[in-house]
Amino acid sequence: MSTRKAPTGTSRPTTYREALREGLREALLQDERVFLMGEDVGRYGGCFGVSLGLLEEFGPDRIRDTPLSESGFVGAGIGAALGGMRPVVEIMTVNFSLLALDQILNNAATLLHMSGGQLSVPVVIRMTTGAGRQLGAQHSHSLEGWYAHIPGIRVLAPATVDDARHMLAAALADPDPVLIFEHGGLYNAEGSLDETVDAVDLDTAAVRRSGTDVSVITYGGSLPKALAAAETLAGEGVSAEVVDLRALRPLDDATVMASIARTHRAVIVDEAWRSGSLAAEISSRITEQAFYELDAPVQRVCSAEVPIPYARQLEEAALPQPATIVDAVRRTVS
Amino acid sequence: MSSTTSHHEGKARATARKSGRKKGPTTAARGTPDGLPVPGHHLSLLRRMLAIRRFEERCVELYSGAKIRGFVHLCIGEEAVAVGVNQALREEDAVVSTYREHGHALARGVPADAVMAEMYGRATGCSRGRGGSMHLFDAARRFYGGNAIVAGGLPLAAGLALADRMRGSTRVTCCFFGDGAFAEGEFHETANLAALWQLPLLMVCENNLYAMGTSLAREHAQTNLAMRAASYGMPAWTVDGMDVLAVEAAALRATESVRAGNGPHFLEAQTYRFRAHSMYDPDRYRAKSEIEEWKGRDPLKGLAELMRSEGQLDDRVMEELDKEVLAEIDEAVRGAEEAPLEPVADLLRFVTSEPGSTA
Ligand SMILES: Cc1ncc(C[n+]2csc(CCOP(=O)(O)OP(=O)(O)O)c2C)c(N)n1
Repeated sequence: MSTRKAPTGTSRPTTYREALREGLREALLQDERVFLMGEDVGRYGGCFGVSLGLLEEFGPDRIRDTPLSESGFVGAGIGAALGGMRPVVEIMTVNFSLLALDQILNNAATLLHMSGGQLSVPVVIRMTTGAGRQLGAQHSHSLEGWYAHIPGIRVLAPATVDDARHMLAAALADPDPVLIFEHGGLYNAEGSLDETVDAVDLDTAAVRRSGTDVSVITYGGSLPKALAAAETLAGEGVSAEVVDLRALRPLDDATVMASIARTHRAVIVDEAWRSGSLAAEISSRITEQAFYELDAPVQRVCSAEVPIPYARQLEEAALPQPATIVDAVRRTVS
Repeated sequence: MSSTTSHHEGKARATARKSGRKKGPTTAARGTPDGLPVPGHHLSLLRRMLAIRRFEERCVELYSGAKIRGFVHLCIGEEAVAVGVNQALREEDAVVSTYREHGHALARGVPADAVMAEMYGRATGCSRGRGGSMHLFDAARRFYGGNAIVAGGLPLAAGLALADRMRGSTRVTCCFFGDGAFAEGEFHETANLAALWQLPLLMVCENNLYAMGTSLAREHAQTNLAMRAASYGMPAWTVDGMDVLAVEAAALRATESVRAGNGPHFLEAQTYRFRAHSMYDPDRYRAKSEIEEWKGRDPLKGLAELMRSEGQLDDRVMEELDKEVLAEIDEAVRGAEEAPLEPVADLLRFVTSEPGSTA
């Protein structure tokens, strides 16, 4: 990851995947009510290798392989949460989560309100999102913005190894449903884990790079691209601040607006489609809350409005890239 | 060990258990721990069914008077299933229901006042006015709703059962659903999960022959539902859902087996709703003669006749019972009329947990 620091006494190199696994392992060790459930999380080790080794350590009761029944096992996770457990449900990718959308929206997000405050649902649902690995449309979409539309759930997008390591514990401490979106392109990313950090909060966005000329607002898999773009821009004498949203619902407006108050320009980078996107929501909030701070129209860098194609050059052209982010920034500062 | 039993077997068992009962009403509501009826048992069953019947008849009036609104689905005709099954459940067990759940809620012991207040959308309603007829909840009684997505509650029930299973508890989770729900993927995903993991789940299918206006034969390629459920490797029984004693006996047998660790069981109760699907439904898809025929098998009448033939019931007792039940409903309506509205200022409450609640 571009945020990579040289290993010191207080940080150590790790990958996003390993950081997630450490977080899971810690959760399983600390609370007997925690269990992991999903397709191929056990014997296979998780389709992205996140839970590798956990079955051997915790056994099949707590590292529970499920049949291909997204609605059934996500709903069972919600029911187990109602029954006093702390399930972590893994869905292979956001694309398949649509088969469980009914359970997530109509049950997990809704039961507390519909029951007049009686039934809280402390379930955590993890899934992969995003493109960039030539997997074709049905394995490459970024639909976390759809989930961020839903009141009653918290939506997280860890982009750094520290967040990958610690967000799960914070999510499990939340009495309400939490969805964690892991970008598929990040699993192999290396970063340096800050060992002085033992907890993260879920309420604030983070400024990952300070700047004075433009705020680049992004999250998840687009963070490394935004940081790369900022590096290029620095070479051109443009100082870009990079804001990592971290939580997509609820959004931390304050950090975003404070950044814009410093830079007076905003570029939003979101791998989802532009129409009706989270980028649209953020742009709208900026207009509502920081209109008079702006020196230029808000720019958005999103994916092309096509099902994400397979061929490398087409896929690359469809997604936000450091170069397209640089272009968008140039448009706002010129 | 999948099997199907006819309702005759259930009836024979229930009848066999009747010897030794005393005459006359008592307040005892449940069977003894070994499942044997206590004195006054039949009367208590009758009273529970009557309470549901009268409650829903009042709902019709209140709906016509625009006192209550929304989709209201009545279970008139199906009371024996709610009462018979709940009879076999214990306090510590859990119930997951559907949008046709007044009977399930009342039979579970959710107070009529709280249910009525919910229909009125009042602050004292069992869901604080946020649920209405289709979303009744009572966490203290482990009544988990109240789900208006057909079959949407089934995976939840599997999860509740899974939580118990993982903690070595012998509690039972019971889910109710219709013949329509049986066609949803969620039924099949849940049946597979529950059987695969041997979860303590009782799946009660209320087969009332219709999913809204679509008859069983037009919704299912194979209409023998118990046989299909049995194909998942769980015991599956069919019972006469118009006979509360048969339902109770079958449910007791099933819950005992679930409690003993034999995994999920499926119970198909063959029943019928005497009224339309909902208050909006003109009910054009069923023959009058069919409805009349089923009304001839009214579960309340059936039990009352049996009790009369055995000298357990006469007109005076029946009148008393009705008076008591109606007085309770009057009280519930009065309470709901007078109950405060949930303040609009509280609109955004309960979207996420309030400060102080911890996971
Ligand atoms: C997923 C879903 N599809 C459709 C509906 C509309 N709907 C409400 S009740 C119903 C029929 C369900 O029939 P059944 O499961 O047999 O239950 P019954 O109403 O007979 O008790 C339908 C189609 C719904 N609420 N949810």
